Amino acid sequence: MTAAVTGTVLRFDGVGRTYRSGTTTVRALDGVTLEVGPGELVAVMGPSGSGKSTLLAIAGGLDAPTTGRVWVEGHALDGLSATGLARLRRDHIGYVFQDFNLVSGLTAAENVALPRELAGAGVRTARREALAALAEVGLSGEAGRFPDQLSGGQQQRVAVARALIGRRRLVLADEPTGALDSATGQTVLEVLRARVDAGAAGILVTHESRYAGWADRIVFLRDGRIRDSTGARPRPEQLLGEPR
Amino acid sequence: MSVRLGLLALFADGPKYGYQLRTEFEARTGGTWPLNVGQVYTTLERLERDGLVAGAGANDEGRTVYAMTEAGRAALTAWFDTPVAEIDRPRNELAIKLLMAATTEGVDVPDVVQRQRTESMRLLRDCTGLRRDADAADDMAGMLLLDNVIFALEGELRWLDHVETTVLRRGGKALPPAVLRRRPRAGAARDAAGPAR
Repeated sequence: MTAAVTGTVLRFDGVGRTYRSGTTTVRALDGVTLEVGPGELVAVMGPSGSGKSTLLAIAGGLDAPTTGRVWVEGHALDGLSATGLARLRRDHIGYVFQDFNLVSGLTAAENVALPRELAGAGVRTARREALAALAEVGLSGEAGRFPDQLSGGQQQRVAVARALIGRRRLVLADEPTGALDSATGQTVLEVLRARVDAGAAGILVTHESRYAGWADRIVFLRDGRIRDSTGARPRPEQLLGEPR
Repeated sequence: MSVRLGLLALFADGPKYGYQLRTEFEARTGGTWPLNVGQVYTTLERLERDGLVAGAGANDEGRTVYAMTEAGRAALTAWFDTPVAEIDRPRNELAIKLLMAATTEGVDVPDVVQRQRTESMRLLRDCTGLRRDADAADDMAGMLLLDNVIFALEGELRWLDHVETTVLRRGGKALPPAVLRRRPRAGAARDAAGPAR
């Protein structure tokens, strides 16, 4: 029914979302068209109430659009059953939240392995993959520690490792640096950026321009619409300006 | 001003010839402010005229080399010792433009702000990318240089948000012109403290 969109991990086509609140209709998202490819990190900025969270929820299959369509890895979300959608979320999409959302009774490695175990991978396979994912975010030595034995920055790096374990290529990050100081926030952006450079696709919702600067493209939302975008990153030789 | 003294600084570790100044200036500043050869020679002539450098013969290749004079060394030390004051900075075109936009009836200030925000954010993204490259190459001076631009852009973006909010809070109507006032004079605080007796 749906042709896979090659080279695109996430695609929004004219996505709108309205909520009914009493007699009034709130237009949270209005005609948003957006594509994110592998190796691309897109930052979404905008004032509160501009639709950033709705956009992330719809991209993650947690909310459905009222108009328009969404594809993840070539699968149209509106064509999936509830089970199919749950499987797609589990296999292809990872989330990073401001408050880390790690399971406190599980070690770092167990937290990262959890989505793979839920997906039916054997315990040993899941653990091997989790240790590899932790190594990629520089936390090999912390695999056996529990969340409360880790710093905020380390917990968020565990969350990034968990978000992109297995075949997952889409990471949706909602203010991932919100609870961190600037130096620690930078280490989280470094690992997120490295995972995207290795072939993942990411959406980063942030209100801090410093972190949005790590993205390839920045889109600005206002009143549910994309108001402007920086466009893609240019080639390095185009960057240096003229003498003043 | 900064190019003249920036070039003078290159003589601190020994005599140099004209073209060498261009290469070394660009190397020391990571190619951020490329100079044309004409600009370098004109500046060199002025440094010589002002007695800050003097001809020091020719090198093995027959090029005329220049060396820093005592007066030049004093000028360089004074430059390093003196903070950059408000009056030395170029006028802030962005601030002037937005002030004019905000006080002119019929201008869509949020639109002007958004165009600038997109451009500033594009520049911030590009500088962040260059900074990552500098970090990977362990280029500390390059990182400091890019941090300077990045911090300034962050401040600019915060100010743009603030301008937009302020104008929107007034329902998008033009603001009355700013009240005429004098800016604090550089060194006023020191003068007020008075000389020690």
